Amino acid sequence: MTDPVIVCEDLGKSYRIAKGTEQTKFNYVALRDVITDRVKNFGGRGDAAQSDFVDFWALRNFNLKLHAGERLGIVGHNGAGKSTMLKLLSRITEPSSGVMKIKGRVASLLEIGTGFHPELNGRENIFLNGAILGMTRTEIKQKFDEIVEFAGIEEFLETPVKRYSSGMYVRLGFAVAAHLESEILIVDEVLAVGDAKFQQKCLGKMGEISDSGRTILFVSHNLNAVERLCDRIIVLNRGEAQIDTKDVAKGLNFYMEQFSDIYASEWTNELGVHQNPFFHPTRLAVTDSSGTPIQMPVPNNRDLFVSVEGTAEEPREGLTILLIVSDENEHVVFVSGYHDGPQSDWPLIRTGKNHFKCRIPSRFLNEGNYLVQLVARFNKGDKLFGRSNTKAAVQLKIEGGLSDSPEWITRRHGVVAPVLEWSESD
Amino acid sequence: MDNTQISATAEFDVIVEAGQLERAYWRDVWQFRELFLFLAWKDVLVRYKQTAIGVAWSVIRPILTMVVFTVIFGRVAKLPSDGDTPYAIMVYSALLPWQMFAAAFSDAGNSMVSNSNMIRKVYFPRVMLPAASMVVSLVDFLISFGIFVILMAYYQFVPDIRILLLPLLLLLALAFALGIGLIVSSLNVKYRDFRFIIPFIVQFGLYVSPVGFSSSVVPDQWRLLYSLNPMVGVIDGFRWCILGDVVDFYLPGLAASIVLTISILVFGLAFFRKSERTFADTI
Repeated sequence: MTDPVIVCEDLGKSYRIAKGTEQTKFNYVALRDVITDRVKNFGGRGDAAQSDFVDFWALRNFNLKLHAGERLGIVGHNGAGKSTMLKLLSRITEPSSGVMKIKGRVASLLEIGTGFHPELNGRENIFLNGAILGMTRTEIKQKFDEIVEFAGIEEFLETPVKRYSSGMYVRLGFAVAAHLESEILIVDEVLAVGDAKFQQKCLGKMGEISDSGRTILFVSHNLNAVERLCDRIIVLNRGEAQIDTKDVAKGLNFYMEQFSDIYASEWTNELGVHQNPFFHPTRLAVTDSSGTPIQMPVPNNRDLFVSVEGTAEEPREGLTILLIVSDENEHVVFVSGYHDGPQSDWPLIRTGKNHFKCRIPSRFLNEGNYLVQLVARFNKGDKLFGRSNTKAAVQLKIEGGLSDSPEWITRRHGVVAPVLEWSESD
Repeated sequence: MDNTQISATAEFDVIVEAGQLERAYWRDVWQFRELFLFLAWKDVLVRYKQTAIGVAWSVIRPILTMVVFTVIFGRVAKLPSDGDTPYAIMVYSALLPWQMFAAAFSDAGNSMVSNSNMIRKVYFPRVMLPAASMVVSLVDFLISFGIFVILMAYYQFVPDIRILLLPLLLLLALAFALGIGLIVSSLNVKYRDFRFIIPFIVQFGLYVSPVGFSSSVVPDQWRLLYSLNPMVGVIDGFRWCILGDVVDFYLPGLAASIVLTISILVFGLAFFRKSERTFADTI
């Protein structure tokens, strides 16, 4: 076996976050606040502010020896530490503990078209993006025609990319990245965009890249893609690697079982997270019409209710409470907010206890595992707790009851499985 | 390009250890030198593509400022010029470095935040961003300098041969802009309201620097103190190079400029490198 090209020893990354909220790492500090805090604390206990923060380990004790030519797939739920790991390996952020050693050139593709400028045309952006990803001018020139051909944008080379369709934009971005001549390629989720045909093309290209003996690190929610592309898999959960195996099927099974282990059909806020005066969630549950939690799985022909409970000390009008329902691949199936109806029908958040329920109609969700997440944010965009960090989440498993038709007995092709009306036209 | 072959002995190219400053930082800067050119090229392209009056703007701005300053300081306040140099020329020879500095400094100061998307998604030595963003101001300078040539022709003013020394002074102004630009761009990442301070610094600087007037109006005993603003040395140097011996050149002032600029640049780089490590986490 060859020597390793990536070695991580006890790698970890911690963020300093405000107690209770698990939010602050995304918020900016204003100089104004720092100054006013200092003035307030003047003469008082100076480190009072310090103790309001705790260290949150987004990734810890991560060990990895990756050899040349290996194709490692990394899966994990939102917040499991995947992005943090990618950012460490691509050197975007520095570790809080441990050592990381890399041999050879690394190209990391954490986003399609990083650095694209909307005003510049296709040709200019190929050069810019290539340079940002670490290509030299000579390399870009050599690969230029190949890139243009792969992206299929010959006629639009002189058009500013702001006029590109999103499909063209993505194709161009991937095309540049796919032609990087690096020994190690780090790819995050990029296949989640673009049409099916292009996704196939991307997967094909990545297969080609790995066949040429280069090392690939691939993070995705698309389990099929991981299965096709990777020969090793790591399952991350809450910042730690739970399994690291060359048996990809075994790893994927482990990951899927985890899904039903982590989330129950009822969540109560026993840990006291998401403390805030506007809406402090206390319970989230999938129930029947009487309000009792349902045993999973549920047949598709039953109405389901998502029951949301929470307390508020200072209700605010601009606060929106949303449910995000996503499937096993963490693709969002739908989002529903309590402000979706006409304004006169909006429920109000009142001081004290609140209890809302949202009906998910029967004959709508397809068979499968779903995650229902509770999210609260202000209309102007500030999140109290968002999709990536909400702890209020429950599982929903739909099985059977798909239709009264004798023809329709298995999971229906498609995202949703409605039974629509068909009749003879007069 | 780094053609590292996968050799039998495990020699790692990159070793990152928690809590250690990266050892190969300057080697990385060298490896990414082409990116510097690309970033600068992008900024220049965007600047002249985006605004319909892109080039016109770099012409109009210095001319209008010159007219206003000439009228207010020269005609209304009746401040003396250097020798018998036309007041407009004296003002313009100071506007050249000043406007370049002001643009370079604000662009560098805002460079991290305006490229936050790149910082979150790709690795490269971050110092590239403020440095490359200053190139636009250099292009603007060349345009303004073209106007200056026309202006001199109009006044039938022949500059001194010392004008050939201008690039050195330009370098000094750029070094100073980079030095404080590095500090401000780091603070800008950390404190989001810091960007409101940048235009203030620029405006304030315009009035404490000898742009609208000659440094000779500053009493001699205050001259050294006045030179603690490195732009004083640069602007006086510019005038001395262009207008010739009529300028009362104050050498200790230029020396102070150079020493201060180097110290600020060194401090700025150190400060930036220290803050750089957490940019991706906070931006």
